[in-house]
Amino acid sequence: MRKNDKLWMIILFCLFSLMLLASPAFADASAVAASDGHAWWFWPLVLLIVTFIMGVVAVLAGVGGGVLFVPIISGFFPFHLDFVRGTGLLVALSGALAAGPGLLKLNLASLRLAIPVALIASTCAIIGAMIGLALPTNIVQICLGATILGICALMLTAKKSEVPDVPKADKLSSMLHIYGVYQEASTGEIVDWKVHRTPMGLALFVLIGVMAGMFGLGAGWANVPVLNLLMGAPLKISVATSKFLLSITDTSAAWIYMNKGCVIPMMVVPSLVGIMLGSFVGVRLLKIAKPGFIRWMVIGILAFAGIKALSKGLGF
Amino acid sequence: MAEKENISLEATPEQLLYAKLLEKGMYIGLLILLITFGLYAFGVMDPYIPLDKISHYWNMNVNDYLHHANIKAGWAWVGMLKYGDFVNFIGIAILAGITILCYAAIIPTLLKNDDKVYAVLALLEVIILTIAASGILGAGGH
Repeated sequence: MRKNDKLWMIILFCLFSLMLLASPAFADASAVAASDGHAWWFWPLVLLIVTFIMGVVAVLAGVGGGVLFVPIISGFFPFHLDFVRGTGLLVALSGALAAGPGLLKLNLASLRLAIPVALIASTCAIIGAMIGLALPTNIVQICLGATILGICALMLTAKKSEVPDVPKADKLSSMLHIYGVYQEASTGEIVDWKVHRTPMGLALFVLIGVMAGMFGLGAGWANVPVLNLLMGAPLKISVATSKFLLSITDTSAAWIYMNKGCVIPMMVVPSLVGIMLGSFVGVRLLKIAKPGFIRWMVIGILAFAGIKALSKGLGF
Repeated sequence: MAEKENISLEATPEQLLYAKLLEKGMYIGLLILLITFGLYAFGVMDPYIPLDKISHYWNMNVNDYLHHANIKAGWAWVGMLKYGDFVNFIGIAILAGITILCYAAIIPTLLKNDDKVYAVLALLEVIILTIAASGILGAGGH
């Protein structure tokens, strides 16, 4: 890690903690909230610290911050699921906005692949958000718990293929000119890629969009397997396009949550700062960390959070 | 439209334009969000919901929150920008809105390249995202 980066991160983290602690109400004895016995700044500060750790872990485990945020924050923090989902979408959106421009410039994220997929996913994310906000909270909790457990199963079983074999591009992808080339940085090899099974892939993005909007989870966990394993895009192109795709899918759902009133800045800003700073640190820790162990740890935490969401929804 | 034989390692002009705009919007949105949050948390601007009362609201569902705090949903926050908490919505709206601008910006380039199918898809995306942002899809509680 460069000295300057370290310094900036420490400064930003300290400044942020200071913002919360130096607020006028901090010094005031009446700042102690009646609802849970903690001062008002307690939970935002814990949120900042937890999302920072989440940002580090998410990078090391190769998952998006959004998929960790909603189950963990809704399971262990006093915030209502409505606000957690709204914040979760903005967290996933910010991560995608931060990564998107670089990935597009490097031509790793493919705009041609993303545009048709995003149109379907973002439209369905609106529908998902509206369904999620119309359903009773306990039903959403149950569905969220089941989805999180499904994600754990997917993480345990899904394989990845660096450059899948695509014998022939399908008619739709040929018509839409969805193909490209990229240079593999480690070997210098030029990889020529195309996709197949596009109609089936697009159909699956209906489901992915609905789930992203309904639970505010982001959808990288589902985007990558569909783009890589089903449609046959190389892993690098799939991961990069998926990350960029979130900036579009989550935009549509985020607006629905925002317009419904599910955004509380005191939750959103510490979460965004925490997860972004955590991601910076995570990227730098990748060289020395053991991603295998961390991935198992994340699956364990997610499984626990999924069971907690289920039990909350079922009223146990 | 680019033919397969002419595929380049470089990103297409519309992809680069999209990336540039997205990057600018992201930085502007984040910067504004950090500044406004500073104004809010340091008490430079008075919040609509006092800081020591905020924890009474975040465990309510959104309907109860809006009702008890007497807040209107949708774009009503624009009329409440004098408050420290609501001024944060400027940065959030920029982050959530920049994608619409990016899509709108690439349409002329797509048309110039005679890429009509993608121009139509981009236009449809602008319409979808604008509808979502407009608040006409059921803002005001459920």
